[in-house]
Amino acid sequence: MKIKKILINIVALMLLLAVIIFLQELFMPKYMSEIPEGNLVEEYYSEEKKHDVIFVGDCEVFSNVSPVTLWEKYGITSYIRGSAQQLIWQSYYLLEETLKYEKPEVVVFNVLSMKYNEPQKEAYNRLTLDGMKLSKQKIGAIKASMMEDEDLITYIFPLLRYHSRWNDIKAEDFKYVLGKDKQSHNGYLMRVDIKPVGYIPKGRVMADYSFGDNSYYYLEKMAKLCMENDVELILIKSPSVYPYWYPQWDQQIVDFAQENDLTYINFLEVAEDKIGIEYDKDTFDGGLHLNLSGAEKFTEYFGEILRSDFNLPDHRDEEDYKSIWKDKTDFYYAMKEDQERELKEYGYLKSYGAVAQTIGGSLDEE
Amino acid sequence: MLFTSYEFILFVVILFVIFYIIPKRFQWMLLLLASYVFYSFAGLGYLAYILATTLSTYLASWRIGLLQTIQADYLKDNKEGLSREERKTYKAQIKKKQRMRLVFCMVFNFGILAVLKYTNFTILNINSVFDLLKVGRNIPVLSFVLPLGISFYTFQTMGYIIDVYRDKYPYEKNIFKLALFISFFPQLIQGPISRFDDLKETLFSAHSFDAMNISFGLQRILWGFFKKLVVADRLLVAVNTIVRNPDDYQGVYVLVGMFFYAIQLYADFTGGIDIAIGVAEVFGIKLKENFERPYFSKSITEYWRRWHITLGTWFREYMFFPISVSKSMLNLSKRCRKIFGDAIGKRIPVYLATIIVWFTTGVWHGAAWNFIVWGLLNCLVILVSQECTPLYQRFHNRFNVLHTFWYRLFQVARTFWLMSFLRTLDCYRNVGTTFRMYGTVFTKWNWNEIFNGGLLGLGLTISDYIVLILAVLFILYVSLASRSVGYRQQLARKPLTMRYLSYFLLIISILIFGAYGVGYDASQFIYSQF
Repeated sequence: MKIKKILINIVALMLLLAVIIFLQELFMPKYMSEIPEGNLVEEYYSEEKKHDVIFVGDCEVFSNVSPVTLWEKYGITSYIRGSAQQLIWQSYYLLEETLKYEKPEVVVFNVLSMKYNEPQKEAYNRLTLDGMKLSKQKIGAIKASMMEDEDLITYIFPLLRYHSRWNDIKAEDFKYVLGKDKQSHNGYLMRVDIKPVGYIPKGRVMADYSFGDNSYYYLEKMAKLCMENDVELILIKSPSVYPYWYPQWDQQIVDFAQENDLTYINFLEVAEDKIGIEYDKDTFDGGLHLNLSGAEKFTEYFGEILRSDFNLPDHRDEEDYKSIWKDKTDFYYAMKEDQERELKEYGYLKSYGAVAQTIGGSLDEE
Repeated sequence: MLFTSYEFILFVVILFVIFYIIPKRFQWMLLLLASYVFYSFAGLGYLAYILATTLSTYLASWRIGLLQTIQADYLKDNKEGLSREERKTYKAQIKKKQRMRLVFCMVFNFGILAVLKYTNFTILNINSVFDLLKVGRNIPVLSFVLPLGISFYTFQTMGYIIDVYRDKYPYEKNIFKLALFISFFPQLIQGPISRFDDLKETLFSAHSFDAMNISFGLQRILWGFFKKLVVADRLLVAVNTIVRNPDDYQGVYVLVGMFFYAIQLYADFTGGIDIAIGVAEVFGIKLKENFERPYFSKSITEYWRRWHITLGTWFREYMFFPISVSKSMLNLSKRCRKIFGDAIGKRIPVYLATIIVWFTTGVWHGAAWNFIVWGLLNCLVILVSQECTPLYQRFHNRFNVLHTFWYRLFQVARTFWLMSFLRTLDCYRNVGTTFRMYGTVFTKWNWNEIFNGGLLGLGLTISDYIVLILAVLFILYVSLASRSVGYRQQLARKPLTMRYLSYFLLIISILIFGAYGVGYDASQFIYSQF
């Protein structure tokens, strides 16, 4: 009798947990029709984890680097672990997590986020952290990122954060409750539309240009982590013209790279002359991010450096990779075509290539 | 540590596990340790105040108890040798010594409360008088921070020392047990105000793991969470919108505010008490009930017997009765009877005691004129209705409506709205504004506004209103259904699936519809601020 009672209680508890987990999945934002950046971190887990290069950083990597171009031009396999306003400690923990799964030859870190020494905004934290699988790294990233009024537990059980969406649940939330469509191309978020660079506001004069201690702490940790794992770390400043990249900031990264024997490339210095970026047609938002055309130009230029200076192998003839990348390339061009069609039809991107996402497949299917 | 915070839930879970693992004789010591840990979350410095209260009360009760023993021994040893008069004199001497300890203890502890809670209020009032007299100087206000639950634990402790003085029960010899009685964490923030002889039975005894008791405790906690998070904290937005913008929200909005605040306060305070009682129950400890469906009261006197019962009892036992039967009151009564005759003369001391008690009740609730006026208005209504009793009697003799459903409904509605009117003094920033808002109820006819989207301008959406209506109806249903037998007992007799379905629905309602986390302001329990 007593055992029966205990069993009933266990079953009831399991049932309750199942309902709560279902509700949690239902209430979490799906980021399908808007803010696709919210899916980037999560998409990595369904990937075949065999990459030569891992990019980490903020929007200046997930908008400006095209892994498919790297593959097509040089046979280099790569993945971008980046999301919107990804702070350096988030990049660090994402990298630490990635190194649990695979051992790339090179890690590329975009240094723009060095300017943030403190957590900035809960909404951006969520875009990066909600997608991470529960791990020691996730806990570390959460602790480093939380704003003052946030609670760790709401990241571990996001229902405690998103329960307030009960009034805002849409058909999309039910549609994607069990699995979402793929939106990125190995972490690259495609945009084919154009918004030329117009007026670029000059950087404000600052009292102190020094990066904060916290930023340096995680940059040093990142360098150490790569060294311990025998991975080459490259620091880059992606060729986005805004936010303003101060010469004083640049000098600090130059000094850090020298002190730690790292490669640092500021692509802003060669953006127009050598890469061939035309800021009147290679950006989709006036210079903050490159569009597909700009990303392909930048990636091709950077790929040459990776191939020649870092001796990354060409896998294009290897059977293991061929079929995987054939699917990725098909998805890439289908989305490109889709976005171009939308642009022609509506004059703007309506669904950011939603039709093509069906080609990309559901995350859970992979 | 707010009852509805994640930290508190974790704190109780950890404590629960340790409580039922350790040997039973250590359980009360663990609760003492936990209570001090809980208290120190509010600030380590505050521990000094509760320690001072504990120590001073222990010393005073120990001396009073010792004098009691000395007296008993002396009278026993000299049973034959003392005349009746000598015995009486000796007893009076001992009582005088005991009274000195009692008075010292009360002055010390009420003194701490008075200094911390009322110094700045006094200074501000003196400054106002200075301004009025154009004295040209002001006394600077002091920066005191009120220790958590000081009004509650001071009253509870003073109740104990008075009982020991009255020889209702012997003093507690173990200072740590007394410390636990004073600091027991579930009741520390907002009561209920316990009596030592009620609480000690379960507080210090050994508790075995009792699944039924624990299940009941958990249900009570969930019920408290439901009231607080789904109803009280959701309504908070609308109430704040109305009372913080008195120039924009007048007339019918004042009535809406009164109505919403009545529900909010009920859900907030009873919810907090449910959590306190539930947490204590999980540890096998029984706290006193503090409410008995107060909004079904048919008169204000009845309302105050059913709302915040333990505070009402405290004032009745330790203030009203002692004042009423004090020597000076009896003398006053005699004199008044001589001057005004029996009918009026016997009422004056009672009314005077009532006024003193209600003034103190007002002051206890907060150091502001709002609360004092609130207390005195309560008193006024009670005294007026008492004076009108013959009139009511005549009315009821003539019209036989007293026991009809509709008349009772009228009485309940009348009491509810009367109390809501008075309670509005809690909300607005000062007495003047409150009375100005009372005035607009009668002078500004803007009833059409609330039906033209006005209610949606208070920070609540239609969905919020639907959740509120359903939740309040549910609370009402549970309240009505548990008139004779408690709802948890009734639920325990239902089929298993029904029981679990009820628990699931309650948990999920709290998780989904609770007004907590980012986007909602974490709200303190209203009574924890008193």
